[in-house]
Amino acid sequence: MILRRTCKEVAALLVAREDAALPAVERLALRLHLAACEACPIFERQLLTMRNALQRWRNYTDE
Amino acid sequence: MSIESQLAEHQGYLLRFARLQLRNDAWAEDAVSETMLAALSKPQSFGNKSQLKTWLVGILKHKVIDILRQRQREVALNDDEGDGSDELDALMFQADGHFAARPSDWGNPEQELNSRQFFAVLETCAERLPAAMGRVFLMREWLELPSEEICKELQLTPTNLYVQLHRARLRLRECLEINWFGNRAAS
Repeated sequence: MILRRTCKEVAALLVAREDAALPAVERLALRLHLAACEACPIFERQLLTMRNALQRWRNYTDE
Repeated sequence: MSIESQLAEHQGYLLRFARLQLRNDAWAEDAVSETMLAALSKPQSFGNKSQLKTWLVGILKHKVIDILRQRQREVALNDDEGDGSDELDALMFQADGHFAARPSDWGNPEQELNSRQFFAVLETCAERLPAAMGRVFLMREWLELPSEEICKELQLTPTNLYVQLHRARLRLRECLEINWFGNRAAS
């Protein structure tokens, strides 16, 4: 199926999304996979946590 | 307090970031010395310590970018550099594309994100990135340079840049999972 992605592929898309917008078809494939998978949404939240952490780290002045 | 001693208080912090970005102790010391000289040449008064620090970090970033430019040939990325990325993929995933081990729930780490220990682990993990990859990652995440500029400075194609950032993020995630969130879950 054209929209079917493995967890490995989805993880790669999620990481790629941190640095560039994904094509529409990949965004759709991502949503479909995330709705049905248990592991990948956890991976997605980890990346979000990392993004927030890096932002705070960058602005971290209270030493 | 004299401006000299106020500046000296921030030297260690500036040096840490310069090292992390430049991956070369001599260059990092140059960047920090030049930052201090620039600060001394037009001293400004600040209401508090963190304003002074923000100002110094701003100067340091410019000095660091200057050095990256001067050293362009030395920091240019070698494409063939083996960096173990395939090994990381093989560890993370089974042959059929499923996760080998389910990623752990990091919970809601707002609390941790404020702690000094957490940032220390984050910095250690960033330090462990291979030098060239670490530079690219810090140019993005600390210097906050636009992609086109990073490509120009390091003579990278956009595809190469994304590959490097991608690998760096995967490694950082792995490192945090093991060294911060993993330990916490085990304790």
